[in-house]
Amino acid sequence: MKKYLAFIPFFLFVVTVHLLTSWTDTLYYLTQMTMSAYYCLLIIGLCVVMGYAGQISLGHAGFFAIGGYISAALTTSNLIEYRDLPLVRLLDSMGMLMTGQDIYGDTLIVITPWMACLAAVILAILLAYLIGIPALKLKGHYLAMATLGFGIIIYRIVLATPYFGEADGIAEVPAFVLFGDISVSGDFSSRVSNYYIAWILLTLGMVLLINLIDSRVGRALRAIHGAEDAADSMGVDTTAYKLNVFVLSAVFAALAGVFMTHYNGSIGPSEAGVMKSVRYVAIVAVGGMAHLWGALIMGITLNFLSLRGVFGTYDDAVFGVILIFIMLFAPNGLLRINFRHVATQLLFFRRAGKKEA
Amino acid sequence: MALLELDSVHKRFGGLKAVNDVSFAVEEKSIKAVIGPNGAGKTTLFNLIAGSLPSTSGSIVFNGQELNRRKPYQIAGLGIARTFQNIKMFNGMTALENVMVGRHVQSRAGFISSMFRLPRTWQEEKDIYTKAMGLLDFLEIGEYANMEATSLSFGQQRAVELARALALEPTLLLLDEPAAGLNIYETAEVGRLITKIRDLGITVLLVEHDMSLVMDISDEIVVLSFGEKIAEGLPVDIQNNSEVIKVYLGE
Repeated sequence: MKKYLAFIPFFLFVVTVHLLTSWTDTLYYLTQMTMSAYYCLLIIGLCVVMGYAGQISLGHAGFFAIGGYISAALTTSNLIEYRDLPLVRLLDSMGMLMTGQDIYGDTLIVITPWMACLAAVILAILLAYLIGIPALKLKGHYLAMATLGFGIIIYRIVLATPYFGEADGIAEVPAFVLFGDISVSGDFSSRVSNYYIAWILLTLGMVLLINLIDSRVGRALRAIHGAEDAADSMGVDTTAYKLNVFVLSAVFAALAGVFMTHYNGSIGPSEAGVMKSVRYVAIVAVGGMAHLWGALIMGITLNFLSLRGVFGTYDDAVFGVILIFIMLFAPNGLLRINFRHVATQLLFFRRAGKKEA
Repeated sequence: MALLELDSVHKRFGGLKAVNDVSFAVEEKSIKAVIGPNGAGKTTLFNLIAGSLPSTSGSIVFNGQELNRRKPYQIAGLGIARTFQNIKMFNGMTALENVMVGRHVQSRAGFISSMFRLPRTWQEEKDIYTKAMGLLDFLEIGEYANMEATSLSFGQQRAVELARALALEPTLLLLDEPAAGLNIYETAEVGRLITKIRDLGITVLLVEHDMSLVMDISDEIVVLSFGEKIAEGLPVDIQNNSEVIKVYLGE
């Protein structure tokens, strides 16, 4: 049970933030905290791929965008003209459609968020297998290359497809009713409940991944990272494990995209950008790679600062600098920084400089 | 029928015949040693059996099943465990966790059941833990269970690696130079552990440089030189074989 102890300060933090913001009348901070939590859902998934399975994905923004865009597109495209088509009727009879009104008061018939979410996750799984199967058969950083290409393709597709709103993205995404009155939406009146929904979903994700790491599967993954050929000779099908953990993280990313889109009520192509993927990689690195809590803490902090606009127009540059800094001075993450290592690195630079001079 | 049968196995690296027409059989519940000077092809032969390298031609049959073209993890699944010449511990994992990885083929939990901690997974985890702990005790290193494996001494890491291989519950155990880097006392200790393992009913095939160890514990010995088998027999016969003496000591 020791591994769950860290959830206690975590819950205290979540509740404290809520209370502090409500006492100081700054509830608007909760909006960025909610969004940070959804980004973190993606980041902890990526953390398992990078830190525990030792693979790098530079395409997670692509999976996030698949989740967001599929969910946004399906829940906003009006099927009223097609309602007599057999397929639409079939969907209707299976309870997969819902009606609503657009801002002009016209009736909309759209696919329910649950179904859209399911479709998004299935598509993310299929695409992750499609990229992963050839890339992970090879040893080395082929997954990073393949996912980089994938991320760029997704970005260009959403930017150029009228169905996905081109540069404007998709707006007026309806609320995602989870059950009863509880729904994921950007409604101001439900800001507090949405804050807790996001953090509960994130907690759920954390529990699942912490369980995974401390299990037969997690040990196999860490063994692959530690000594791949030895893991192989212990009966671990290394290719299959690397592939499945990559697919799992793609699902986490897609779900993060789905929830974020319903929360914001919209999604734009910037979510699919390659720099977003680089940012996620930087955050996992700064959190200490094989360190779920580190990734979570850094994910919340950096995303919150970024969303508050603290980094200004240097936003992307900041994450690039963070990545360089971490690789040079704190390869075990900011939380486990070794100042002796930093000192030797600086010394090394000076010596290298002298040699050249 | 023997447990493991090699029939005219060849391995070529370009023009180099690393293993050339080697045939021998390993009887069940025996300790067989493969010896030979450096570069004789001993480790290559091991890698062929364990599936780390594909053989160029010939057949390797274990328990009636052809091993050639199978991947290492599939061969492990058939009941062949191995250790490495340069110990390969899993970085960042404790000694106990290293051994628990060895239970992989004996357990089933997948991604979903691991994430949701289903009851049978929970039971299985307890099982894995007990078995792994038992093996560490069997190899007399139980007290180091929760230390990071790479921080242990060389001899202790050898024992962890041995426990990890045994966790597979193998029928055949391949040991690649189990005494490499060990002093004379530790070597004797490893020899004692290996006979202890054989007494469990596990067949052992080992590659070794240390003659004292090999002569002490082996039931049978195969001698390789430049990839070819030059002798096979009981330790006494090998000690008196003129060709073996020539290869080791010169004329």
